[in-house]
Amino acid sequence: MKVLVPVKRVVDYNVKVRVKADETGVDLANVKMSMNPFDEIAVEEAVRLKEAGLATEVVVVSCGPAACQETLRTALAIGADRAILVDCGETELQPLAVAKLLKAVCAAEAPQLVVCGKQAIDDDANQVGQMLAALQGWPQATFASKLVLADGKAQVTREIDGGLETLEIGLPAVVTTDLRLNEPRYASLPNIMKAKKKPLDTTTPATLGVDVAPRLKTLKVSEPPRRQGGAKVADVADLVNKLKNEAKVI
Amino acid sequence: MAILVIAEHDHASLKAATRNTLAAAARLGGDIHLLVAGSNAAAAAQQGAACAGVAKVLLADAPQYAEQGAENVAALVLSLASGYSHILAPASTFGKNFMPRVAALLDVAQISDIVAVQSADTFVRPIYAGNALATVQSADPVKVITVRGTAFDPVADGGSAPVEAVAGAADSGQSKLLGRELTVSARPELGAAKVIVSGGRGLGSGDKYRELLEPLADKLGAALGASRAAVDAGFVPNDFQVGQTGKIVAPQLYLAIGISGAIQHLAGMKDSKVIVAINKDPDAPIFQVADYGLVADLNEAVPQLIAAL
Ligand SMILES: Cc1cc2nc3c(=O)[nH]c(=O)nc-3n(C[C@H](O)[C@H](O)[C@H](O)COP(=O)(O)OP(=O)(O)OC[C@H]3O[C@@H](n4cnc5c(N)ncnc54)[C@H](O)[C@@H]3O)c2cc1C
Ligand SMILES: Nc1ncnc2c1ncn2[C@@H]1O[C@H](COP(=O)(O)O)[C@@H](O)[C@H]1O
Repeated sequence: MKVLVPVKRVVDYNVKVRVKADETGVDLANVKMSMNPFDEIAVEEAVRLKEAGLATEVVVVSCGPAACQETLRTALAIGADRAILVDCGETELQPLAVAKLLKAVCAAEAPQLVVCGKQAIDDDANQVGQMLAALQGWPQATFASKLVLADGKAQVTREIDGGLETLEIGLPAVVTTDLRLNEPRYASLPNIMKAKKKPLDTTTPATLGVDVAPRLKTLKVSEPPRRQGGAKVADVADLVNKLKNEAKVI
Repeated sequence: MAILVIAEHDHASLKAATRNTLAAAARLGGDIHLLVAGSNAAAAAQQGAACAGVAKVLLADAPQYAEQGAENVAALVLSLASGYSHILAPASTFGKNFMPRVAALLDVAQISDIVAVQSADTFVRPIYAGNALATVQSADPVKVITVRGTAFDPVADGGSAPVEAVAGAADSGQSKLLGRELTVSARPELGAAKVIVSGGRGLGSGDKYRELLEPLADKLGAALGASRAAVDAGFVPNDFQVGQTGKIVAPQLYLAIGISGAIQHLAGMKDSKVIVAINKDPDAPIFQVADYGLVADLNEAVPQLIAAL
Protein backbone atom coordinates (compact mmCIF):
# COMPACT_ATOMS: atom_id res chain seq x y z
CA MET A 1 0.00 0.00 0.00
CA LYS A 2 1.32 3.38 -1.00
CA VAL A 3 0.99 6.38 1.33
CA LEU A 4 1.15 9.93 0.02
CA VAL A 5 2.11 12.76 2.38
CA PRO A 6 1.74 16.39 1.26
CA VAL A 7 4.24 18.64 3.05
CA LYS A 8 4.27 22.41 3.11
CA ARG A 9 7.23 24.72 3.58
CA VAL A 10 6.22 27.38 6.09
CA VAL A 11 7.71 29.97 8.42
CA ASP A 12 9.21 28.12 11.40
CA TYR A 13 6.78 27.91 14.32
CA ASN A 14 9.20 29.75 16.63
CA VAL A 15 9.23 32.87 14.46
CA LYS A 16 6.95 35.73 15.39
CA VAL A 17 6.20 37.20 11.99
CA ARG A 18 5.99 40.91 11.36
CA VAL A 19 3.56 42.66 9.09
CA LYS A 20 5.17 44.75 6.34
CA ALA A 21 4.82 48.51 6.72
CA ASP A 22 2.96 48.78 3.40
CA GLU A 23 0.43 46.14 4.58
CA THR A 24 0.95 43.93 1.52
CA GLY A 25 1.89 40.86 3.56
CA VAL A 26 4.24 39.60 6.26
CA ASP A 27 7.98 40.07 6.06
CA LEU A 28 9.53 36.78 4.98
CA ALA A 29 13.00 38.09 4.15
CA ASN A 30 15.69 36.13 6.06
CA VAL A 31 13.08 34.29 8.11
CA LYS A 32 13.70 30.66 9.07
CA MET A 33 11.53 28.25 7.06
CA SER A 34 10.67 24.70 8.13
CA MET A 35 8.31 21.87 7.38
CA ASN A 36 4.80 22.58 8.69
CA PRO A 37 4.79 20.85 12.14
CA PHE A 38 1.61 18.90 11.39
CA ASP A 39 3.21 17.57 8.20
CA GLU A 40 6.24 16.32 10.13
CA ILE A 41 3.76 14.36 12.23
CA ALA A 42 2.17 13.07 9.01
CA VAL A 43 5.52 11.94 7.58
CA GLU A 44 6.40 10.25 10.87
CA GLU A 45 3.09 8.38 10.90
CA ALA A 46 3.53 7.20 7.32
CA VAL A 47 7.08 6.04 8.01
CA ARG A 48 5.85 4.13 11.07
CA LEU A 49 3.22 2.42 8.89
CA LYS A 50 6.02 1.34 6.57
CA GLU A 51 8.19 0.16 9.45
CA ALA A 52 5.23 -1.86 10.74
CA GLY A 53 4.92 -3.55 7.35
CA LEU A 54 1.55 -1.92 6.65
CA ALA A 55 2.75 0.42 3.91
CA THR A 56 5.05 -0.43 1.05
CA GLU A 57 6.10 3.04 -0.03
CA VAL A 58 5.92 6.58 1.36
CA VAL A 59 5.84 9.35 -1.23
CA VAL A 60 6.04 13.00 -0.14
CA VAL A 61 4.87 15.90 -2.27
CA SER A 62 5.24 19.63 -1.90
CA CYS A 63 3.73 22.41 -3.99
CA GLY A 64 5.54 25.72 -4.11
CA PRO A 65 8.85 27.27 -5.14
CA ALA A 66 12.04 25.29 -5.80
CA ALA A 67 13.08 25.88 -2.17
CA CYS A 68 10.50 23.24 -1.17
CA GLN A 69 13.13 20.70 -2.18
CA GLU A 70 14.72 21.35 1.20
CA THR A 71 11.46 20.44 2.94
CA LEU A 72 11.16 17.32 0.81
CA ARG A 73 14.74 16.29 1.72
CA THR A 74 13.82 16.67 5.40
CA ALA A 75 10.89 14.30 4.83
CA LEU A 76 13.15 11.85 3.00
CA ALA A 77 15.57 11.99 5.95
CA ILE A 78 12.74 11.05 8.34
CA GLY A 79 12.22 7.98 6.17
CA ALA A 80 10.05 8.74 3.14
CA ASP A 81 11.12 6.85 0.00
CA ARG A 82 10.54 9.29 -2.78
CA ALA A 83 9.61 12.94 -3.32
CA ILE A 84 7.69 15.02 -5.84
CA LEU A 85 8.04 18.77 -6.19
CA VAL A 86 5.19 20.53 -7.93
CA ASP A 87 7.16 23.58 -8.92
CA CYS A 88 4.82 26.56 -8.87
CA GLY A 89 7.50 29.22 -8.79
CA GLU A 90 6.42 32.23 -6.78
CA THR A 91 2.72 31.87 -7.70
CA GLU A 92 0.48 32.29 -4.65
CA LEU A 93 -1.18 28.94 -3.87
CA GLN A 94 -4.51 28.75 -2.09
CA PRO A 95 -5.90 25.57 -0.51
CA LEU A 96 -8.29 24.74 -3.39
CA ALA A 97 -5.41 24.94 -5.87
CA VAL A 98 -3.23 22.71 -3.68
CA ALA A 99 -6.07 20.19 -3.37
CA LYS A 100 -6.41 20.10 -7.17
CA LEU A 101 -2.67 19.61 -7.63
CA LEU A 102 -2.76 16.78 -5.10
CA LYS A 103 -5.71 15.24 -6.93
CA ALA A 104 -3.61 15.20 -10.09
CA VAL A 105 -0.72 13.61 -8.19
CA CYS A 106 -3.13 11.01 -6.78
CA ALA A 107 -4.25 10.17 -10.32
CA ALA A 108 -0.65 9.35 -11.23
CA GLU A 109 0.42 7.70 -7.98
CA ALA A 110 -2.77 5.91 -6.89
CA PRO A 111 -2.09 5.99 -3.13
CA GLN A 112 -4.40 4.09 -0.79
CA LEU A 113 -3.92 6.62 1.96
CA VAL A 114 -3.11 10.34 2.01
CA VAL A 115 -1.91 11.71 5.34
CA CYS A 116 -1.98 15.54 5.50
CA GLY A 117 -1.41 17.96 8.31
CA LYS A 118 -4.64 19.32 9.76
CA GLN A 119 -3.56 22.90 9.17
CA ALA A 120 -0.70 24.91 7.77
CA ILE A 121 0.57 27.28 10.45
CA ASP A 122 0.98 30.16 7.99
CA ASP A 123 -2.46 30.45 6.37
CA ASP A 124 -4.19 28.58 9.25
CA ALA A 125 -6.72 27.42 6.63
CA ASN A 126 -7.42 23.85 7.72
CA GLN A 127 -8.85 22.93 4.31
CA VAL A 128 -6.59 20.98 1.97
CA GLY A 129 -7.13 17.45 3.31
CA GLN A 130 -10.91 17.78 3.38
CA MET A 131 -10.94 19.37 -0.09
CA LEU A 132 -8.80 16.60 -1.54
CA ALA A 133 -11.04 13.95 0.01
CA ALA A 134 -14.09 15.64 -1.52
CA LEU A 135 -12.52 15.97 -4.98
CA GLN A 136 -11.57 12.29 -4.87
CA GLY A 137 -14.96 11.23 -3.49
CA TRP A 138 -13.10 9.60 -0.59
CA PRO A 139 -13.93 9.39 3.09
CA GLN A 140 -11.88 11.46 5.51
CA ALA A 141 -10.83 11.46 9.13
CA THR A 142 -9.53 14.83 10.28
CA PHE A 143 -7.64 15.82 13.45
CA ALA A 144 -6.33 12.29 14.07
CA SER A 145 -4.69 11.40 17.36
CA LYS A 146 -4.56 7.66 16.63
CA LEU A 147 -4.50 5.66 13.39
CA VAL A 148 -4.90 1.90 13.13
CA LEU A 149 -4.93 0.11 9.76
CA ALA A 150 -6.49 -3.33 9.51
CA ASP A 151 -8.42 -5.32 6.89
CA GLY A 152 -8.23 -2.60 4.29
CA LYS A 153 -9.82 -0.10 6.65
CA ALA A 154 -8.63 2.67 8.89
CA GLN A 155 -9.75 3.21 12.46
CA VAL A 156 -9.05 6.78 13.37
CA THR A 157 -9.45 8.50 16.73
CA ARG A 158 -10.20 12.18 16.21
CA GLU A 159 -9.81 15.16 18.52
CA ILE A 160 -13.13 17.00 18.52
CA ASP A 161 -14.38 19.95 20.58
CA GLY A 162 -16.15 17.74 23.10
CA GLY A 163 -13.43 15.10 23.47
CA LEU A 164 -12.58 12.18 21.20
CA GLU A 165 -14.37 10.05 18.63
CA THR A 166 -13.30 6.98 16.71
CA LEU A 167 -14.33 6.41 13.10
CA GLU A 168 -13.90 3.49 10.78
CA ILE A 169 -13.40 4.46 7.15
CA GLY A 170 -12.69 2.44 4.04
CA LEU A 171 -9.59 3.03 1.92
CA PRO A 172 -8.56 4.98 -0.07
CA ALA A 173 -9.02 7.87 2.31
CA VAL A 174 -7.53 11.09 3.61
CA VAL A 175 -6.42 11.41 7.22
CA THR A 176 -5.28 14.72 8.71
CA THR A 177 -2.97 14.81 11.72
CA ASP A 178 -3.39 16.47 15.09
CA LEU A 179 -0.55 17.21 17.51
CA ARG A 180 -0.87 14.11 19.63
CA LEU A 181 -0.74 11.50 16.85
CA ASN A 182 2.97 10.92 17.44
CA GLU A 183 6.23 12.64 18.24
CA PRO A 184 8.32 12.96 15.09
CA ARG A 185 11.85 11.60 15.31
CA TYR A 186 14.98 13.63 14.68
CA ALA A 187 16.59 12.60 11.42
CA SER A 188 19.98 11.00 12.06
CA LEU A 189 23.05 12.20 10.19
CA PRO A 190 23.35 8.98 8.14
CA ASN A 191 19.69 9.30 7.17
CA ILE A 192 20.19 12.92 6.18
CA MET A 193 23.06 11.78 3.94
CA LYS A 194 20.98 8.93 2.50
CA ALA A 195 18.10 11.33 1.81
CA LYS A 196 20.29 13.26 -0.62
CA LYS A 197 20.37 10.24 -2.91
CA LYS A 198 16.67 9.41 -2.80
CA PRO A 199 14.67 10.24 -5.94
CA LEU A 200 13.08 13.68 -6.18
CA ASP A 201 11.01 14.33 -9.30
CA THR A 202 9.77 17.71 -10.41
CA THR A 203 6.55 18.52 -12.21
CA THR A 204 4.51 21.70 -12.75
CA PRO A 205 0.86 22.74 -12.55
CA ALA A 206 0.82 23.03 -16.37
CA THR A 207 2.07 19.45 -16.80
CA LEU A 208 -0.57 18.30 -14.32
CA GLY A 209 -3.19 20.37 -16.17
CA VAL A 210 -4.27 22.32 -13.09
CA ASP A 211 -5.31 25.97 -12.99
CA VAL A 212 -3.87 27.34 -9.75
CA ALA A 213 -5.07 30.93 -10.09
CA PRO A 214 -6.00 32.32 -6.65
CA ARG A 215 -9.70 32.74 -5.89
CA LEU A 216 -9.30 35.13 -3.00
CA LYS A 217 -7.65 38.49 -3.38
CA THR A 218 -5.75 39.74 -0.36
CA LEU A 219 -6.55 43.44 -0.10
CA LYS A 220 -4.30 44.03 2.88
CA VAL A 221 -2.48 42.37 5.73
CA SER A 222 -2.48 44.39 8.93
CA GLU A 223 -1.19 44.22 12.45
CA PRO A 224 -3.75 43.04 15.00
CA PRO A 225 -4.62 45.50 17.78
CA ARG A 226 -1.91 45.38 20.46
CA ARG A 227 -2.78 44.58 24.03
CA GLN A 228 -1.70 46.95 26.74
CA GLY A 229 -0.32 44.35 29.11
CA GLY A 230 2.65 44.19 31.38
CA ALA A 231 1.27 45.50 34.69
CA LYS A 232 2.25 43.54 37.80
CA VAL A 233 0.48 43.15 41.13
CA ALA A 234 2.30 42.90 44.46
CA ASP A 235 0.55 39.89 45.93
CA VAL A 236 -2.67 37.89 45.97
CA ALA A 237 -4.52 40.48 48.07
CA ASP A 238 -3.60 43.19 45.56
CA LEU A 239 -4.75 40.96 42.69
CA VAL A 240 -8.12 40.24 44.27
CA ASN A 241 -8.61 43.90 45.09
CA LYS A 242 -7.87 44.98 41.51
CA LEU A 243 -10.08 42.29 39.97
CA LYS A 244 -12.95 43.41 42.21
CA ASN A 245 -12.58 47.17 42.23
CA GLU A 246 -10.62 48.12 39.11
CA ALA A 247 -11.47 45.53 36.46
CA LYS A 248 -14.78 44.62 38.14
CA VAL A 249 -14.72 41.11 36.71
CA ILE A 250 -15.30 39.16 39.93
CA MET B 1 -30.04 36.10 -2.52
CA ALA B 2 -30.45 34.19 0.70
CA ILE B 3 -27.80 33.05 3.16
CA LEU B 4 -27.51 29.50 4.46
CA VAL B 5 -26.18 28.91 7.97
CA ILE B 6 -25.41 25.36 9.07
CA ALA B 7 -26.41 24.80 12.69
CA GLU B 8 -24.17 23.03 15.16
CA HIS B 9 -26.31 21.13 17.64
CA ASP B 10 -26.64 17.91 19.57
CA HIS B 11 -30.15 17.21 18.16
CA ALA B 12 -31.78 18.34 21.42
CA SER B 13 -30.35 21.85 21.47
CA LEU B 14 -28.30 24.34 19.48
CA LYS B 15 -24.63 24.82 20.35
CA ALA B 16 -23.69 28.35 21.32
CA ALA B 17 -21.46 28.70 18.24
CA THR B 18 -24.56 28.58 16.00
CA ARG B 19 -25.75 31.89 17.47
CA ASN B 20 -22.37 33.54 16.84
CA THR B 21 -22.47 32.31 13.25
CA LEU B 22 -25.99 33.71 12.81
CA ALA B 23 -24.64 37.06 14.05
CA ALA B 24 -21.95 37.03 11.36
CA ALA B 25 -24.58 36.12 8.75
CA ALA B 26 -26.70 39.07 9.84
CA ARG B 27 -23.90 41.43 8.78
CA LEU B 28 -24.20 40.24 5.17
CA GLY B 29 -27.73 41.41 4.40
CA GLY B 30 -30.22 38.90 3.03
CA ASP B 31 -32.70 36.33 4.32
CA ILE B 32 -31.05 33.84 6.64
CA HIS B 33 -32.00 30.18 6.41
CA LEU B 34 -30.76 27.87 9.15
CA LEU B 35 -30.11 24.24 8.22
CA VAL B 36 -30.50 21.72 11.02
CA ALA B 37 -29.25 18.33 9.83
CA GLY B 38 -29.89 15.78 12.50
CA SER B 39 -31.75 12.76 13.70
CA ASN B 40 -34.78 13.45 15.88
CA ALA B 41 -33.63 17.03 15.89
CA ALA B 42 -37.01 18.81 16.01
CA ALA B 43 -36.09 20.35 19.38
CA ALA B 44 -32.89 21.89 17.97
CA ALA B 45 -34.86 23.14 14.95
CA GLN B 46 -37.39 24.83 17.27
CA GLN B 47 -34.56 26.63 19.06
CA GLY B 48 -33.26 27.73 15.69
CA ALA B 49 -36.69 29.04 14.71
CA ALA B 50 -36.68 31.19 17.84
CA CYS B 51 -33.33 32.85 17.05
CA ALA B 52 -33.53 36.50 16.07
CA GLY B 53 -32.96 37.09 12.37
CA VAL B 54 -33.73 33.58 11.12
CA ALA B 55 -36.25 33.68 8.26
CA LYS B 56 -36.65 29.94 7.85
CA VAL B 57 -35.35 26.74 9.38
CA LEU B 58 -34.63 23.80 7.07
CA LEU B 59 -34.81 20.54 8.98
CA ALA B 60 -33.22 17.47 7.40
CA ASP B 61 -34.16 14.77 9.84
CA ALA B 62 -32.68 11.40 8.92
CA PRO B 63 -30.63 8.66 10.59
CA GLN B 64 -27.56 9.43 8.46
CA TYR B 65 -27.23 12.77 10.24
CA ALA B 66 -27.13 11.27 13.73
CA GLU B 67 -23.33 11.29 13.87
CA GLN B 68 -22.80 14.56 11.94
CA GLY B 69 -20.23 12.92 9.65
CA ALA B 70 -18.47 15.17 7.15
CA GLU B 71 -19.32 13.16 4.04
CA ASN B 72 -23.06 13.14 4.69
CA VAL B 73 -23.40 16.70 5.97
CA ALA B 74 -21.37 18.04 3.03
CA ALA B 75 -23.49 16.12 0.51
CA LEU B 76 -26.66 17.52 2.05
CA VAL B 77 -25.41 21.11 2.04
CA LEU B 78 -24.35 20.68 -1.57
CA SER B 79 -27.82 19.46 -2.54
CA LEU B 80 -29.31 22.63 -1.04
CA ALA B 81 -26.63 25.09 -2.12
CA SER B 82 -28.13 26.54 -5.28
CA GLY B 83 -29.79 29.88 -4.71
CA TYR B 84 -27.59 30.85 -1.79
CA SER B 85 -25.00 33.61 -2.01
CA HIS B 86 -23.26 32.63 1.23
CA ILE B 87 -22.91 29.41 3.23
CA LEU B 88 -21.65 29.77 6.79
CA ALA B 89 -20.78 27.42 9.63
CA PRO B 90 -18.94 27.79 12.93
CA ALA B 91 -15.14 27.38 12.79
CA SER B 92 -15.43 24.57 15.33
CA THR B 93 -14.24 21.00 14.77
CA PHE B 94 -17.74 20.40 13.34
CA GLY B 95 -17.58 23.21 10.77
CA LYS B 96 -13.91 22.75 9.91
CA ASN B 97 -14.57 19.10 9.17
CA PHE B 98 -17.22 19.33 6.45
CA MET B 99 -17.13 22.89 5.06
CA PRO B 100 -13.97 22.50 2.92
CA ARG B 101 -15.71 19.53 1.25
CA VAL B 102 -18.62 21.80 0.37
CA ALA B 103 -16.28 24.48 -1.01
CA ALA B 104 -14.26 21.99 -3.08
CA LEU B 105 -17.35 20.42 -4.61
CA LEU B 106 -18.73 23.87 -5.47
CA ASP B 107 -15.29 24.70 -6.88
CA VAL B 108 -14.97 27.81 -4.72
CA ALA B 109 -12.51 28.97 -2.07
CA GLN B 110 -13.33 28.60 1.58
CA ILE B 111 -12.76 31.65 3.74
CA SER B 112 -11.72 30.18 7.10
CA ASP B 113 -12.26 31.56 10.56
CA ILE B 114 -13.48 35.07 9.75
CA VAL B 115 -13.41 37.68 12.54
CA ALA B 116 -15.11 40.54 10.67
CA VAL B 117 -17.43 41.13 7.72
CA GLN B 118 -16.48 44.23 5.75
CA SER B 119 -18.98 43.76 2.95
CA ALA B 120 -20.80 40.90 1.27
CA ASP B 121 -17.58 39.81 -0.45
CA THR B 122 -14.81 41.09 1.85
CA PHE B 123 -13.81 39.51 5.14
CA VAL B 124 -11.07 39.71 7.75
CA ARG B 125 -9.33 36.59 9.01
CA PRO B 126 -6.32 35.95 11.23
CA ILE B 127 -3.24 34.27 9.77
CA TYR B 128 0.10 33.22 11.32
CA ALA B 129 -1.45 32.32 14.68
CA GLY B 130 -3.20 35.68 14.84
CA ASN B 131 0.00 37.68 14.37
CA ALA B 132 -1.50 39.24 11.25
CA LEU B 133 -4.99 39.99 9.98
CA ALA B 134 -5.70 39.44 6.29
CA THR B 135 -8.51 41.29 4.54
CA VAL B 136 -9.62 39.08 1.66
CA GLN B 137 -12.07 39.58 -1.17
CA SER B 138 -13.82 36.72 -2.91
CA ALA B 139 -14.98 36.79 -6.53
CA ASP B 140 -16.57 33.34 -6.26
CA PRO B 141 -20.31 33.08 -6.94
CA VAL B 142 -20.88 31.48 -3.52
CA LYS B 143 -18.94 32.43 -0.42
CA VAL B 144 -18.22 29.43 1.80
CA ILE B 145 -17.23 30.77 5.20
CA THR B 146 -16.37 29.48 8.66
CA VAL B 147 -16.85 31.92 11.53
CA ARG B 148 -14.75 32.48 14.64
CA GLY B 149 -17.38 32.57 17.38
CA THR B 150 -15.55 34.87 19.78
CA ALA B 151 -15.58 37.66 17.19
CA PHE B 152 -19.37 37.94 16.95
CA ASP B 153 -21.80 38.44 19.83
CA PRO B 154 -24.41 35.69 19.78
CA VAL B 155 -27.91 36.49 18.49
CA ALA B 156 -30.62 36.34 21.12
CA ASP B 157 -34.06 34.79 20.89
CA GLY B 158 -36.82 36.82 19.33
CA GLY B 159 -37.65 35.11 16.05
CA SER B 160 -40.49 32.81 15.13
CA ALA B 161 -39.45 31.32 11.83
CA PRO B 162 -41.26 28.47 10.11
CA VAL B 163 -39.60 25.05 10.12
CA GLU B 164 -39.63 23.36 6.73
CA ALA B 165 -38.69 19.71 6.31
CA VAL B 166 -36.16 19.02 3.56
CA ALA B 167 -35.20 15.66 2.13
CA GLY B 168 -31.86 14.24 3.15
CA ALA B 169 -29.20 13.28 0.64
CA ALA B 170 -28.43 9.59 0.20
CA ASP B 171 -26.33 8.03 2.98
CA SER B 172 -22.74 7.88 1.69
CA GLY B 173 -21.99 4.91 3.94
CA GLN B 174 -18.34 5.95 3.81
CA SER B 175 -17.75 6.36 7.49
CA LYS B 176 -18.85 4.53 10.61
CA LEU B 177 -18.73 5.92 14.14
CA LEU B 178 -17.25 3.33 16.50
CA GLY B 179 -17.44 5.39 19.66
CA ARG B 180 -17.15 8.72 21.38
CA GLU B 181 -15.46 9.68 24.61
CA LEU B 182 -16.94 13.03 25.47
CA THR B 183 -15.77 15.01 28.46
CA VAL B 184 -18.66 15.32 30.87
CA SER B 185 -18.52 18.36 33.06
CA ALA B 186 -20.90 20.48 35.03
CA ARG B 187 -18.72 23.48 34.23
CA PRO B 188 -19.52 25.99 31.48
CA GLU B 189 -18.41 25.24 27.91
CA LEU B 190 -14.92 26.66 27.20
CA GLY B 191 -16.01 28.55 24.11
CA ALA B 192 -18.87 30.31 25.89
CA ALA B 193 -17.52 30.71 29.46
CA LYS B 194 -17.29 34.15 31.11
CA VAL B 195 -14.34 33.10 33.26
CA ILE B 196 -11.64 30.56 32.37
CA VAL B 197 -9.01 29.11 34.67
CA SER B 198 -6.23 27.67 32.52
CA GLY B 199 -3.21 25.66 33.61
CA GLY B 200 0.10 24.79 31.98
CA ARG B 201 3.14 22.63 32.44
CA GLY B 202 4.00 24.62 35.58
CA LEU B 203 1.30 22.66 37.43
CA GLY B 204 3.59 19.64 37.27
CA SER B 205 0.96 16.87 37.26
CA GLY B 206 -2.67 16.09 36.61
CA ASP B 207 -3.22 15.64 40.35
CA LYS B 208 -1.83 19.09 41.10
CA TYR B 209 -3.89 20.56 38.25
CA ARG B 210 -7.08 19.16 39.79
CA GLU B 211 -6.11 19.90 43.39
CA LEU B 212 -5.33 23.56 42.71
CA LEU B 213 -7.44 24.61 39.75
CA GLU B 214 -10.76 22.83 40.33
CA PRO B 215 -11.51 24.62 43.63
CA LEU B 216 -10.47 27.91 42.01
CA ALA B 217 -12.78 27.28 39.06
CA ASP B 218 -15.57 26.35 41.49
CA LYS B 219 -15.21 29.66 43.32
CA LEU B 220 -15.27 31.63 40.06
CA GLY B 221 -17.91 29.57 38.23
CA ALA B 222 -15.24 29.13 35.58
CA ALA B 223 -14.50 26.70 32.77
CA LEU B 224 -11.16 24.90 32.85
CA GLY B 225 -8.59 25.20 30.09
CA ALA B 226 -4.99 24.25 29.47
CA SER B 227 -1.90 24.77 27.37
CA ARG B 228 -0.78 22.19 24.85
CA ALA B 229 2.05 21.15 27.18
CA ALA B 230 -0.46 20.31 29.94
CA VAL B 231 -2.56 18.28 27.51
CA ASP B 232 0.44 16.48 25.99
CA ALA B 233 1.66 15.59 29.49
CA GLY B 234 -1.73 14.01 30.16
CA PHE B 235 -2.84 16.39 32.96
CA VAL B 236 -6.19 16.97 31.22
CA PRO B 237 -8.12 15.79 28.12
CA ASN B 238 -7.40 17.21 24.64
CA ASP B 239 -10.54 19.30 24.51
CA PHE B 240 -9.12 21.56 27.25
CA GLN B 241 -6.46 22.94 24.89
CA VAL B 242 -6.59 26.66 24.20
CA GLY B 243 -4.60 28.07 21.29
CA GLN B 244 -3.85 28.29 17.60
CA THR B 245 -4.69 24.65 17.13
CA GLY B 246 -7.03 24.22 20.08
CA LYS B 247 -9.97 26.35 21.15
CA ILE B 248 -10.17 30.08 20.63
CA VAL B 249 -11.63 31.79 23.68
CA ALA B 250 -12.38 35.37 24.72
CA PRO B 251 -13.90 35.38 28.22
CA GLN B 252 -14.31 38.37 30.53
CA LEU B 253 -11.53 36.94 32.69
CA TYR B 254 -8.77 34.49 31.74
CA LEU B 255 -6.37 33.21 34.39
CA ALA B 256 -3.18 31.66 32.99
CA ILE B 257 -1.47 29.67 35.71
CA GLY B 258 1.93 28.10 35.09
CA ILE B 259 1.69 28.94 31.38
CA SER B 260 4.68 30.59 29.67
CA GLY B 261 2.71 32.32 26.90
CA ALA B 262 3.99 30.80 23.64
CA ILE B 263 2.61 32.49 20.50
CA GLN B 264 0.49 29.44 19.80
CA HIS B 265 -1.16 29.74 23.22
CA LEU B 266 -1.62 33.52 22.97
CA ALA B 267 -3.36 33.00 19.62
CA GLY B 268 -6.19 31.32 21.49
CA MET B 269 -6.76 33.73 24.36
CA LYS B 270 -5.35 37.18 23.69
CA ASP B 271 -8.78 38.64 22.93
CA SER B 272 -9.92 37.95 26.49
CA LYS B 273 -11.13 41.10 28.24
CA VAL B 274 -8.95 40.76 31.33
CA ILE B 275 -5.93 38.46 31.54
CA VAL B 276 -4.30 37.39 34.80
CA ALA B 277 -1.01 35.49 34.79
CA ILE B 278 0.56 33.67 37.69
CA ASN B 279 4.08 32.52 36.91
CA LYS B 280 7.30 32.29 38.90
CA ASP B 281 9.40 33.49 35.96
CA PRO B 282 9.20 37.32 35.76
CA ASP B 283 10.35 37.16 32.12
CA ALA B 284 7.64 34.75 30.95
CA PRO B 285 6.08 36.19 27.76
CA ILE B 286 2.58 35.73 29.19
CA PHE B 287 3.23 38.84 31.34
CA GLN B 288 3.45 40.98 28.19
CA VAL B 289 -0.25 40.40 27.50
CA ALA B 290 -1.45 40.13 31.11
CA ASP B 291 -3.38 43.00 32.66
CA TYR B 292 -2.47 41.69 36.10
CA GLY B 293 0.72 39.69 36.44
CA LEU B 294 1.66 38.01 39.68
CA VAL B 295 5.21 36.71 39.91
CA ALA B 296 4.85 33.89 42.39
CA ASP B 297 5.04 30.17 42.95
CA LEU B 298 1.64 28.88 41.96
CA ASN B 299 1.71 26.30 44.76
CA GLU B 300 1.48 29.16 47.23
CA ALA B 301 -0.43 31.76 45.24
CA VAL B 302 -3.35 29.59 44.09
CA PRO B 303 -4.39 28.38 47.58
CA GLN B 304 -4.15 31.99 48.80
CA LEU B 305 -6.30 33.12 45.92
CA ILE B 306 -8.92 30.46 46.64
CA ALA B 307 -9.00 31.54 50.28
CA ALA B 308 -9.33 35.22 49.35
CA LEU B 309 -12.31 34.77 47.00
C1 LIG C 1 2.16 23.49 15.48
C2 LIG C 1 2.07 23.86 16.92
C3 LIG C 1 0.83 24.16 17.45
C4 LIG C 1 0.70 24.48 18.79
N1 LIG C 1 -0.54 24.78 19.26
C5 LIG C 1 -0.66 25.12 20.57
C6 LIG C 1 -1.95 25.45 21.12
O1 LIG C 1 -2.98 25.44 20.42
N2 LIG C 1 -2.02 25.79 22.42
C7 LIG C 1 -0.90 25.83 23.25
O2 LIG C 1 -1.05 26.14 24.43
N3 LIG C 1 0.29 25.51 22.75
C8 LIG C 1 0.45 25.14 21.45
N4 LIG C 1 1.68 24.79 20.98
C9 LIG C 1 2.80 24.63 21.96
C10 LIG C 1 3.46 25.92 22.37
O3 LIG C 1 4.46 26.24 21.42
C11 LIG C 1 4.13 25.76 23.78
O4 LIG C 1 5.02 24.67 23.73
C12 LIG C 1 3.11 25.50 24.90
O5 LIG C 1 2.07 26.45 24.85
C13 LIG C 1 3.82 25.57 26.23
O6 LIG C 1 2.93 25.23 27.28
P1 LIG C 1 3.21 25.77 28.76
O7 LIG C 1 3.20 27.24 28.76
O8 LIG C 1 2.24 25.08 29.67
O9 LIG C 1 4.65 25.15 29.11
P2 LIG C 1 6.04 25.86 29.29
O10 LIG C 1 6.39 26.70 28.15
O11 LIG C 1 6.97 24.80 29.72
O12 LIG C 1 5.77 26.86 30.51
C14 LIG C 1 5.56 26.46 31.81
C15 LIG C 1 5.56 27.74 32.66
O13 LIG C 1 5.26 27.42 34.02
C16 LIG C 1 6.05 28.23 34.86
N5 LIG C 1 6.18 27.54 36.14
C17 LIG C 1 6.80 26.36 36.41
N6 LIG C 1 6.68 26.03 37.70
C18 LIG C 1 5.96 27.03 38.28
C19 LIG C 1 5.52 27.27 39.62
N7 LIG C 1 5.79 26.41 40.61
N8 LIG C 1 4.84 28.39 39.85
C20 LIG C 1 4.57 29.29 38.86
N9 LIG C 1 4.96 29.10 37.59
C21 LIG C 1 5.65 27.98 37.31
C22 LIG C 1 7.36 28.39 34.14
O14 LIG C 1 8.02 29.57 34.58
C23 LIG C 1 6.90 28.46 32.68
O15 LIG C 1 6.71 29.80 32.26
C24 LIG C 1 1.83 24.48 19.64
C25 LIG C 1 3.08 24.20 19.11
C26 LIG C 1 3.21 23.89 17.77
C27 LIG C 1 4.56 23.57 17.22
N1 LIG D 1 1.73 23.93 -0.79
C1 LIG D 1 1.50 22.74 -0.23
N2 LIG D 1 2.21 21.66 -0.62
C2 LIG D 1 1.98 20.45 -0.07
N3 LIG D 1 1.07 20.23 0.88
C3 LIG D 1 0.32 21.26 1.31
C4 LIG D 1 0.49 22.57 0.78
N4 LIG D 1 -0.39 23.38 1.38
C5 LIG D 1 -1.08 22.62 2.26
N5 LIG D 1 -0.65 21.34 2.23
C6 LIG D 1 -1.13 20.20 3.04
O1 LIG D 1 -2.42 20.50 3.53
C7 LIG D 1 -2.42 20.60 4.95
C8 LIG D 1 -3.42 21.64 5.41
O2 LIG D 1 -3.09 22.93 4.88
P1 LIG D 1 -4.10 24.15 4.93
O3 LIG D 1 -5.41 23.67 4.45
O4 LIG D 1 -3.48 25.18 4.03
O5 LIG D 1 -4.15 24.62 6.37
C9 LIG D 1 -0.96 20.85 5.30
O6 LIG D 1 -0.68 20.43 6.61
C10 LIG D 1 -0.25 20.00 4.25
O7 LIG D 1 -0.28 18.62 4.60
